[in-house]
Amino acid sequence: MPRSAKSAPIRVLIAKPGLDGHDRGAKVVARALRDAGFEVIYAGLRQTPEEIVRAALEEDVDLIGLSILSGAHMALFPKVLALLKKEKAGKIPVFAGGIIPDEDARRLKKAGIRAIFGPGTTLEEIVTTAQRLARPAA
Amino acid sequence: MTGRPREPSAARAIRAGNRRILARAISQVENGDPAVDSVVRALYPATGRATVVGITGPLGVGKSSLINLLVAHLRERGRSVAIVAVDPSSPFSGGSVLGDRIRFDRQADDTGVFFRSMASRGELGGVAARTRQVVRLLDAAGFDVVIVETVGSGQVDLAIRNVASTSVVVLVPHLGDEVQTLKAGLFEIADIFCVNKADLPGADLARKDLTELIALGATRSTWRPKVVLTSTVASSGVAELWSAVEAHESFLDASGRRAVDDRRRLSVEIVELVRERVGRELTDRLDRDPELRKVLDEVVARAVDPQVAAQRLERGPRRGR
Repeated sequence: MPRSAKSAPIRVLIAKPGLDGHDRGAKVVARALRDAGFEVIYAGLRQTPEEIVRAALEEDVDLIGLSILSGAHMALFPKVLALLKKEKAGKIPVFAGGIIPDEDARRLKKAGIRAIFGPGTTLEEIVTTAQRLARPAA
Repeated sequence: MTGRPREPSAARAIRAGNRRILARAISQVENGDPAVDSVVRALYPATGRATVVGITGPLGVGKSSLINLLVAHLRERGRSVAIVAVDPSSPFSGGSVLGDRIRFDRQADDTGVFFRSMASRGELGGVAARTRQVVRLLDAAGFDVVIVETVGSGQVDLAIRNVASTSVVVLVPHLGDEVQTLKAGLFEIADIFCVNKADLPGADLARKDLTELIALGATRSTWRPKVVLTSTVASSGVAELWSAVEAHESFLDASGRRAVDDRRRLSVEIVELVRERVGRELTDRLDRDPELRKVLDEVVARAVDPQVAAQRLERGPRRGR
């Protein structure tokens, strides 16, 4: 049965840039999104910004979620955004989670990260935000 | 979403190697978006060139890691490779976690590789039809080799087998005795058996079991499936695995089997397409046509038997337009 683009599942890339191995958070989020009907492309640990952007383009995702706990977010997140822009894919919304100080979060949002989830965020909040970012009209 | 591919520019772009348009056309195939039909149609004459290899096997046997090494092997030989990794969708939420990229490492700037994860989304026939179209897109995009990875759960693989010219079934030592191997239903579809994790004890026994089963002649053609031992930890056996694939591909050509298989697959595909469309049409009629609804009522009341009703449905006039 033909499906309209609207009713197709949202495809989201979940990736961990940086060198820390704390992927529990990313996995929990991946599962929550799956249970909400997303197709989650889970790229896993230690992805370079280049790998992340390439995966996002090959998989034609609607959304990208980045998780980081190493403290390198100020270097790596803007790099991902810049590479997306360079590939003319700057419209793909990017959200992030991890240990990110408020001041950094403010600057990252200004740089174009659409939402940032710190410790204590509920899964429901992440899911609804992800839905809103991927399908603003819905 | 910007820049939906349009025919014929999208088809041209895909042939010229535009990965963005390719990726988007694949999404359209997955979504059943009719806008992609003309693209697939325009590209069809450019298909049938790639070597399409199916890799299947139970969960956790190391298919993704093996494919990672196989891709590296092929890249060293200058062959371009596209990978389609099909994973199941949850029957409950419709969502899925597609994790096959985790095992995949390669140079981020290598344009000779393209990796795409695909969720099975719904019914069996659907995923086979979509996979077939995705493989055609990749074939037309000029990849020398297209690898289709599926979780070995029997039915899905049998359906998807129809897209690959060579099927590799990946197993591991101690998966069970030979009866289990038969029961798994994977035996009939294998052109090559790959015993992965051969660094573990029991690999030789697995090889022996498989070789004996093959010797029993329980296979469907004159090709005698090869058994290859691989280990992704030790990075061994991958060259042998690819040699086995090439040997099978040569067999297909030399024996004339390729043409026979191709013809059979395409005829099956055409019938499937008709069946799907006619099925939809009839379901529709059964829902709407008052006369047919009366027939259904009679079947429900146990006054008419379903077979008789089916005959009436077949004979009935096609929905008037």
